[in-house]
Amino acid sequence: MTIKKDVIIIGGGPAGLAAAARLKELGVTDILILEREKLPGGILRQCIHDGFGLTRFKEALSGPEYAARFLDQVGKMDIDYLTDTTVLEIDSNKHVIAVTKEGLLEYQAKAIIMTTGCRERTRGAISIPGTRPAGIYTAGVAQTYVNLKNIMVGKKVVILGSGDIGLIMARRMTLEGAQVLAVLEILPYASGLPRNIEQCLNDYSIPLFLSHTVTNIRGKERLEGITVSRVDERLKPIPGTENDYDCDTLILSVGLIPENELSLMAGVNLDSRTRGPIVDENYQTNIDGIFVAGNALHVHDLVDFVSIEAENLAQAVLAYIQEGSFPQCSIRVETDDQVGYTVPQKVSGQKDITLSMRVRSPLKNCAIQVLQNDQVIKTKKMKKAIPAEMIQMRIKKEELISSEYIKVVVRHD
Amino acid sequence: MIKEFICVLCPNGCELSVELDDNNNISKLEGATCQRGGEYVQQEIFAPQRNIATSVKVVGGNMPLVSVRLSEAIPKEKIFDVMDEIKKIKLEAPVSLGQVIIKNVLGLERDVIATKQVLREQF
Repeated sequence: MTIKKDVIIIGGGPAGLAAAARLKELGVTDILILEREKLPGGILRQCIHDGFGLTRFKEALSGPEYAARFLDQVGKMDIDYLTDTTVLEIDSNKHVIAVTKEGLLEYQAKAIIMTTGCRERTRGAISIPGTRPAGIYTAGVAQTYVNLKNIMVGKKVVILGSGDIGLIMARRMTLEGAQVLAVLEILPYASGLPRNIEQCLNDYSIPLFLSHTVTNIRGKERLEGITVSRVDERLKPIPGTENDYDCDTLILSVGLIPENELSLMAGVNLDSRTRGPIVDENYQTNIDGIFVAGNALHVHDLVDFVSIEAENLAQAVLAYIQEGSFPQCSIRVETDDQVGYTVPQKVSGQKDITLSMRVRSPLKNCAIQVLQNDQVIKTKKMKKAIPAEMIQMRIKKEELISSEYIKVVVRHD
Repeated sequence: MIKEFICVLCPNGCELSVELDDNNNISKLEGATCQRGGEYVQQEIFAPQRNIATSVKVVGGNMPLVSVRLSEAIPKEKIFDVMDEIKKIKLEAPVSLGQVIIKNVLGLERDVIATKQVLREQF
């Protein structure tokens, strides 16, 4: 039996919960959230540190508390959700097949919202040589063990990659009594937020070695040690700089990839820069009625912006359900080589938009400019811009001067 | 003397450059995008404070741990002492969000509070 729904939301993390609550507020009542974990809340359940919600709620909350704010809303509004439910298939007709302990479920939705989050890059993705012993974890997996399952992952730890989760885990492992010997970063700058370098590493005297990587792994059953080398400007290990560390645990914090396996099944086109779908100003993908927000669209550094993005998406989904389509979005948003990407990638020119973007490398005293027909239509001056921090620029529809493509560039003073 | 700080109070992570006079008073502050920057530096010089987050064991619940944090920041040098106090605790489910787990921990006038709800496991 196929069950009809106005909106199916795939993923009950921060983006899915925020989208659901806003949709219900706007009067869309026939909503269902499908969540594959035992409990809703997504990655926030294991992010027990504080610092969430400073933008959105003007107070510092832990991840679970931030999630609870939205879960309370979803509960009070009586929004349906199923947990322990894995979506197996979606197609371009918005047909959804999911599996639960009771069996298969089949849905036909008017709109699908993909809030599937992101996954971690692994050892395979960065090809570290050496043996394959136990004791090597991605940072998120280590966080699941320590914060959700009460399993300590090791005693003597090295962390490869300076992503925020790796930094957070450096502090967490230290608090739990482990010795964190070092954090290594192959790039000449840190990829996590400066405040996390400060409060997670410097507070606990954990050294951060930039331009360093792991070049060998030792140990048969359990990790026994690693070799660390300095890298040159082309990120190649420099012979003669090897340094051995004895450790039983290596935590990898080497990047996140938007999770889009289901979207791909439905024929959604991805952007090779974000690795999330190409969307228009309505967060709609190339497939009519399939929308995406949060880390599935592009990896965020702050959950507050995930919630806001999902709420904006909800507004667009309401319009889609009421009107069935949107004005055509044929104005492309392009970038120069200093801007890594923008979201959305195309707009109509008939709606105010917020462009989210990241710079490719750290910059000082620069300006980000939005151009159309080679004319500057908006400028944002920045004392510093780093890849770790997402930048947003709001552009009113009146500020656009034509239906020509938009280009986002960096200018130096 | 000029000292550099990175403010940890919010995700902006402002790079603060501070000029201190001989009595360690701030004579000039640059880089702060809000007024809390000055307060942060003042505190960082004289008595740095941090909040901590960890977990407490729970028996009979729908999960084995409940996450906790402190009601407010504590002096940095007390972090591991407070961790030791928290490690001694074992709770019985249910636990509610906001529940005080340790009142006035180590006399620091800060409470350890649960940041998650743990339900009693139904069998």
